This record gives sequence, C-alpha cells and structure tokens, in this order.
Amino acid sequence: MLRLIIRRLLESIPTLLILIAVTFFMMRMAPGGPFDSEKRLAPEIEANLRAAYHLDEPLYQQFGRYLWNLAQGDFGPSFQYRDRSVTELIAGGFPVSLKLGGFAMLIAVLGGVTLGSLAALRQNKPADYGTMAVAMTGISVPNFVLAPLLVLVFAVYLGWLPAGGLGEAAFWQGGWKNLVLPVITLALTQVAYIARLTRGSMIEVLRSNYIRTARAQGLSTVTILVRHALKPALVPVVSYLGPATAGLITGSVVIEQIFGLPGLGRYFVQGALNRDYTLVLGIVVFYGALIIAFNFLVDLIYGWLDPRSRE
Amino acid sequence: MSEIVGAPTGAIPTSIPEPPRSLWSDAWSTLRHNRAAMTAAVVLGILVVLVLFGPSLSHYRFDKPNWDDIAVPPSLTGGHLFGTDSLGRDLYTRTLMGGRMSLLVGIVSTLVSLIIGIAWGATAGFLGGRVDRVMMRIVDILYALPFMFLVILLMVLFGRNIVLIFVAIGAINWLDMARIVRGQTLGLKQREFIEAARVSGVRPARIILRHIVPNLLGVVVIYVTLTIPQVILVESFLSFLGLGVQEPMTSWGVMVSDGALDMENAPWMLVFPAVFLAITLFCFNYLGDGLRDALDPRDRSGR
Repeated sequence: MLRLIIRRLLESIPTLLILIAVTFFMMRMAPGGPFDSEKRLAPEIEANLRAAYHLDEPLYQQFGRYLWNLAQGDFGPSFQYRDRSVTELIAGGFPVSLKLGGFAMLIAVLGGVTLGSLAALRQNKPADYGTMAVAMTGISVPNFVLAPLLVLVFAVYLGWLPAGGLGEAAFWQGGWKNLVLPVITLALTQVAYIARLTRGSMIEVLRSNYIRTARAQGLSTVTILVRHALKPALVPVVSYLGPATAGLITGSVVIEQIFGLPGLGRYFVQGALNRDYTLVLGIVVFYGALIIAFNFLVDLIYGWLDPRSRE
Repeated sequence: MSEIVGAPTGAIPTSIPEPPRSLWSDAWSTLRHNRAAMTAAVVLGILVVLVLFGPSLSHYRFDKPNWDDIAVPPSLTGGHLFGTDSLGRDLYTRTLMGGRMSLLVGIVSTLVSLIIGIAWGATAGFLGGRVDRVMMRIVDILYALPFMFLVILLMVLFGRNIVLIFVAIGAINWLDMARIVRGQTLGLKQREFIEAARVSGVRPARIILRHIVPNLLGVVVIYVTLTIPQVILVESFLSFLGLGVQEPMTSWGVMVSDGALDMENAPWMLVFPAVFLAITLFCFNYLGDGLRDALDPRDRSGR
C-alpha cells in the first residue's frame, strides 16, 4: 500500500512538471504583462516593479525560481492583488469552490445512481424511456444555458431563491439558499451521465446468473439491488468519477461567473485576463494536483469494488 | 424483472441461409429501425440546410444594426420571426449564422482531433512494444492535465482567433480517439490479411494507411457523432465566457451569453439560440447512440 502511494506520487511528478512548464511559458509568450494599465507607469517605476518581482531575469531563471519556491510550498505573490500572496487567495477561494463542487458531486452520484438503477429495473418501459430522455436533455442543455433559465424562473419570477452572490448569512442560517441554484446547475450534467452509465451496467448485472439465483431464492427486489447488484454495477461509475471531477471543476468556472461566487474559477479567468502570472499558475497547479490525487483515490475505490483489477 | 432474463437477443439463424451481409448494410437496417436516431438525423439534415441557405435568403443581414427596431419581440407577421436583439439585428438571421459557426467549429475541430487521434493510436497499436508503451504513457500524462484550463488560457492570452479555436479544441479531444483506435488496432493486427500484407513486404506506414485505417471506420463514425456535440459545447462555453468567436461574427454561445444579460425584458434573445443549441446537441447525441448500437455489436446490451 505504502509502495503504491509512493509510486503514484513519483508518477505524478512528470505530469505536474509538464503542466507547470506549459502554463508558465504559454503565459510568458503571450502579449501584454501584469503592469499594463490605462495609465502607463513611468519607465523607472515599471523597471523597479519588474525587478522586485524578478521579471527582469532570463526566463529559464524565473522558471527555476518558481519551481524552487513551489517545492517549498510557496506560490509567490499575486500581481493583481498586490497585498496578498497566491497561497492566501487560493485558501480564500477554494472553500467556496469546494462547497459548490462537493455538493454537486454528492447530488450527481446519489441522483445518477438512483435514477439509473430505477431505469434499469424498468428496462424498455415508459419509466425507463422517460428517465433516459430526461438524462439526454441534461447532457444536451449546457449549464450556462440552464443557469440563466433557472435564475429567471426561481429568482426573478418566483423569488424563492437568491439570484447570485454568497449572501451574508451563515451556511445553516439560510446561507445554503445561495448555493442551491449553482449546485443544481453544476450537478445536472453529471447526474445525466452517471444515470446513463449506471443504467447500462446495471442491466448487464441484473442479467447475470447469480442475480437470477438470488431472485429464485425469493429475495426482494430492493435487497437484490442494494446487497448484490449495486457494487458490481458501480464499477464504470467509479471510473467515470475522474472525468466527472474535471468536468465539475471546469463547469464551476462558468457557474461562479454567472452566480457571482468568489471561488477559484473566477480568480482564474480574472487572473488570466490581467496577466496575473502567479495566480493563474497557482490555480492550475493546485487543480492539477487535485485531479491527480482524486484519480488515485478513484483507483483505490476501483480496486475495492472489483478485486480482479488489483494486480 | 419478470421477463425471461438472459434470453439471446440477437437474431437466431433460420433455415434459409441469407446472402452474406456486410457490416454496413447490417448497421443500416438496425439504424433504420431506431426511431429516435432517424428523427435526429432528419432534424440535423434540416438544420444543416437552414444554416447553409437561411442567412442568404433572409431579408436582413446578420451584422447590420437597426436603431429603429431595437429588441422587437418575435412575431409571425412583423418581419422579425425571432425578434431582434439589443442592437436591432434580426435574431432569425443571427441564430442561423451562429449555427453555421457552431457547426463549422464542431466539424473542423473534430476532424483535427480525428487525424491526430487515428495517426497516434494506429501507430502505437501497430508498432507495439516499447513505442506503444511510450506513446500511451504520453497520452496518460496528457490525460491528467486540466485541459479546459489550458484552452481558456490559450484563448485569453493569444486573442480570439478562429483557427486557434479549431486547433485548441481539436487538441483536447484526440486523446480518447487515440485510445480507442489503439485498442482496435491491437485486435486488427492479429488478423490474416494484415499478416499477408506484412509477408508480401508492404511497409508498416502503408499497412497502417491502407489496411488498418479503413477497418477502423465503424468506431470512428460513432466517435465523430459523439465528439461533434462535445466540441460545439466547448466552443459555446468559450464564447459564453467571451473568449471564443468575436463580433460581428456570432455563435450560439455568444448569443446565449448576450441573451442572458437581458433575459428579464427580452427572454427571446436567450430562448432561441438556447433552444437551437440544445436541439443540435440532443440530435447528435441520439444519432451517436443509435450508431453505436448499430455499428458496435459488443455494445448491444443497452437499447
């Protein structure tokens, strides 16, 4: 187990290095710089600024410096928010994104698996066709289309939920209301994908001999489903969790923008527009590491669900 | 379930031997009986015709503002079927122009990913051994990258030019293709006709091009129909963020983003492009599903 973890850690290093290198050099090759503004700075001041942030050094040296600092856990100072470090910004934005993504993931898995299993039980009956048509709609309606429509209905016309922002109230005293629409919008596509996956694998599992045996022994449908069929049917769902995480993270960029949530996705877009080199790099590295870690976790769950996949 | 489980679903050979049927005619007959997929294909056909010829048959130009007709609601008789936008431009013409752009991006980017993916996957699968390991390791590494972030970055940093959109989106999607093609190639290269070609001294590059690639067509067709909607989605996602297609050109993503700004007073600006976008994605997905059922015999378990 320990050996496996160490091996995976070592394997993730080249991935992260490539990611950092691509992002770093792409940003530096782009026109514009962090100190461009409406009013041009005096040349001496700009030169001083560049020197203070080591931007006057050769590129490879800056890259080396970045890696060296990163290895010590220092993401560097932000160019845009001058008085804050990137570490502080990530620490401030991530809880918002995590809440959004975490709840969305929870809903996606619970909702998707439930819907998919129900559809499989009623294969080729109206309930099945209905569920799958809804799922297809969920896949075909992009979240940035769904978001304004939901806001229009639930915030503007009905006035049940706030249209955006994080609100002042603490989470349990009504603050959760601000998250309802963003979480639902973000989760819906993934609910649809997971429902389709679950249906497919569940149909296969329900056809197998041991399920027929269980049925012949007179076990109830619920017992068969929960105790016997669910675990093997979840294998493809688990392997989809990696792409699902990536999808949720990407989706949150748009969702945070639409609902005005101060999360990492918004920082990322703003940072890229303002050439905030360190902030953008920091977020890319942070999310890259997160996705790698999550993929590892998924592999572990995979091994637990399907012992054959362990080497 | 009360029905008989595990009963064979495929056709049981009857007494009279039929003439041999090719994969394609077999697939066609399966597909023809799939009502959802056929409807999707017809709708897509209509959409393509509309998008190609609609804008030039319209009385209005898609990019010409008209300050007297700002935000006119849609009407059957008023001349603006879908209404106008906040600059007085005819929304019907704009929706079709946007569709042209969205479909173009969808098809071209898919082709880009197709070419890279087939070349990469077929080479890795056919050569095998260490080359295969290295090439697939590279795919694994790239897989772990948060690609959307890099694409967003690319668009932000290097201006919003259309060729870049094609390449950037195509470049994310080839990884899946490479994996699928490699898997197929591994199976194909064991077959006799490849063996025969090899024995008669055909060079590997030629075997890949002439014998492997044509046999991958079935998988490729399925993949293409399922990739196009994804690509359209990515393009509209970028355009929604203001990073994709630029004025005066438009795409459905741009229009949805513009429409969302004014949806309380002029919901039609959001609704029409949104509905067109959703219908297109819907049709491609259903058609892709149908094709998979028809062309991929192992995947008959589903519908």
